Amino acid sequence: MRKYLQNLLLRLENVFNAPFGQALNPWYHLGAITFFLFWTVVVSGVYLYAFYRTGVEEAYQSVERLTHDQWYAGGVMRSLHRYASDGIVVTMLLHLLRNFITGRFHSFRWFSWVSGVLLVWLVYICGINGYWMVWDRLAQFIAVGTAEWFDWLPLFSQPLARNFLGQGDVNDRFFTLLSFAHITIPLVLLLFMWIHTKRMNNAETNPPLRLAVGTLLALLALSLIKPALSHAHADLALAPGVIRLDWFYLAPYPLLYIWSPGAVWALAGGITLLLLAVPWFLKPRMRPAVAEVHLDNCNGCSRCAEDCPYSAIVMRPRQDGRPYALQPVVDPNLCASCGICTGACPYSMPFRSNELVSGIELPDHALATLRVDVDHALAGLRGDVRVMVFGCDCAYDVRALQSEEVAALSLPCIGMLPPAFIDYVLRDTRVNGVMIAGCREGDCQYRLGIRWTKLRLARQRVPHLRRRVPLQRIECCWAGIQDGERARAALSALRARIAQLPQAAILEDDTREHEFKPGDKN
Amino acid sequence: MSHLLKYLGQGLAYALFAVVLGYFSTSPEYTHLPADSALVKLSFNHAAQRKKPCHERTDAELAKLAPNMRIRKDCPRERSDVVVELEMDGKQLYHVVLHPPGLSHDGAASIYRRLLVPAGTHRFTARLKDKEEGDFSFVREENITLAAGRVMVIDFKADVPGAPGFIFKN
Ligand code: HEM
Ligand code: SF4
Ligand code: SF4
Repeated sequence: MRKYLQNLLLRLENVFNAPFGQALNPWYHLGAITFFLFWTVVVSGVYLYAFYRTGVEEAYQSVERLTHDQWYAGGVMRSLHRYASDGIVVTMLLHLLRNFITGRFHSFRWFSWVSGVLLVWLVYICGINGYWMVWDRLAQFIAVGTAEWFDWLPLFSQPLARNFLGQGDVNDRFFTLLSFAHITIPLVLLLFMWIHTKRMNNAETNPPLRLAVGTLLALLALSLIKPALSHAHADLALAPGVIRLDWFYLAPYPLLYIWSPGAVWALAGGITLLLLAVPWFLKPRMRPAVAEVHLDNCNGCSRCAEDCPYSAIVMRPRQDGRPYALQPVVDPNLCASCGICTGACPYSMPFRSNELVSGIELPDHALATLRVDVDHALAGLRGDVRVMVFGCDCAYDVRALQSEEVAALSLPCIGMLPPAFIDYVLRDTRVNGVMIAGCREGDCQYRLGIRWTKLRLARQRVPHLRRRVPLQRIECCWAGIQDGERARAALSALRARIAQLPQAAILEDDTREHEFKPGDKN
Repeated sequence: MSHLLKYLGQGLAYALFAVVLGYFSTSPEYTHLPADSALVKLSFNHAAQRKKPCHERTDAELAKLAPNMRIRKDCPRERSDVVVELEMDGKQLYHVVLHPPGLSHDGAASIYRRLLVPAGTHRFTARLKDKEEGDFSFVREENITLAAGRVMVIDFKADVPGAPGFIFKN
């Protein structure tokens, strides 16, 4: 079932890849867009707050004045405030759905998932709280509905709904309380948004600028075309009849009356418990082995910790007596077994003649084995345009590209590939070109694999690809499971290009054994 | 894909987002109260009579108690149930027996109940009994015209001097 949904999602996302390109595809930035919408709500909210008056009469009147007397400013701000809040529900729920469909919720991700479920509640509480503040018929409807909903719980000595029986029951202080809550609860939401992303290294909390601008323009246009309006002033002696409901936040309210408050509790509680249980019910039986540190080959440079996408590595004072200040320690609960740390470690040097062990490695994907596999794959190649393809287990299966002239190996994440391996395969003209393949850009299963790979190849992040490696012999291709066509096209493009180049890939006379020296930056 | 087509595609995606937000933020409309109906909210707090009246302890009874418990007046705390009935045009609309809350069943019973009724003129009869024996202690009967969409609150106050009982607020 999830496989089917996953296919559907990949197809849908591909539809967006055409106009947006992989880097700007909104599906790959849903969490970050949610953050952006939150800030939009905050900024517009601050404006509204300056004009909002607390009081049974004043609350409604002040919002009316904002909406009509200064429609060009307050009215637009009010509409932005509403639509950005609605947008949060949409992008948040899509983000939830997407993480569910792509299986990103179990093992080391449980914390992100569970804190996410909490965020759903907080977002809803903030939104519903906001609708009360207007004190129109809609506010009245949800105030009474909320009270009736909570009265189902055996919490209160007398029914909360008795506070909304008649006009005199609601007083000005109630609005002071509401507006205080409308600042406090969003602050709590922000705190939990921070907690939600805190465990991730380099969490993307700002979308690409163009996506942010596009989103803001869309909301602005909507605000001008369809300004947010109030219902009539609340009147507790009248029952709200026909209501223009905001279905994003208020959809559960009609269910209170179509079903019953108890049923809505069962629904809300049931969905929450189900969601909370997902990481444990739907987790794979086996979890791959986590990264291991080999202190004999570690100088405590911290690169692995800086590159780990899930902050699973902390640097601690050195314990083994070697003359370095720090050593990495892996938290097995946080480790995703992606191998990105291996790709970052300066000891991941295939040129070493002695036993090849990196400072940090995945036990199931030892670097020595990778070197043996590479040597073996290259030994079988024939022809004039020989290519080595390094791919990723989460993306298009590059092994399907293998032929007499093309060797292919798949890694847990392309971020595991130490750049020195590119150098290594091009040495002695064993191949004439290298293709680096991974998930769709923006959709890296381990978040940072593609980003670090690109920076390492561009020699902007250590470990750099050595200068002697000519970049025109390297082709990067970001292709998801379904994107065989893109992968084949990239391979053809690379082969056509290198067919024009001289045979020898590395022209310098620099093919001697390269021993690694700590502190070597290149 | 040409640049123009790309921007068009992006614009379409943003437009879809805006249309979804714009539409579902107010539509479809939800009819909470059908036209031609009104709402009756029966709601009050009321502490019923004690189940047993207070009585003066005899000296012999007092002697049996611990010294710090020797109080002459013995008032059992438990209260009676509150029985409430509401009739509209001679037909029963609602009937409930409210048990007094609290560990020793001595609290004030409370009720909040919304009842959907057709708008128009109706004869409402509310009855309440709050003691163990006898018939309903409080009855109120009144013809009331409920406009469509109106909320009538039926309250009950036992401590209003002169006229304790039900209050119909329309
Ligand atoms: C206010 C609502 C939310 C905001 C602002 C938000 C934001 C974010 C951000 C910025 C990231 C990091 C993305 C990255 O850098 O790779 C993230 C990751 C994540 N979020 Fe949320 N999120 C929200 C709600 C949720 C909900 C409701 C769920 C699910 C129940 C959820 C589950 C996750 C998971 C599992 C990840 C980790 C993804 C990964 O490891 O690749 N989030 N979120
Ligand atoms: S395998 Fe991945 S998640 Fe685990 S420590 Fe290395 S970089 Fe971090
Ligand atoms: S990157 Fe390698 S050498 Fe540097 S701290 Fe990590 S394991 Fe040690």
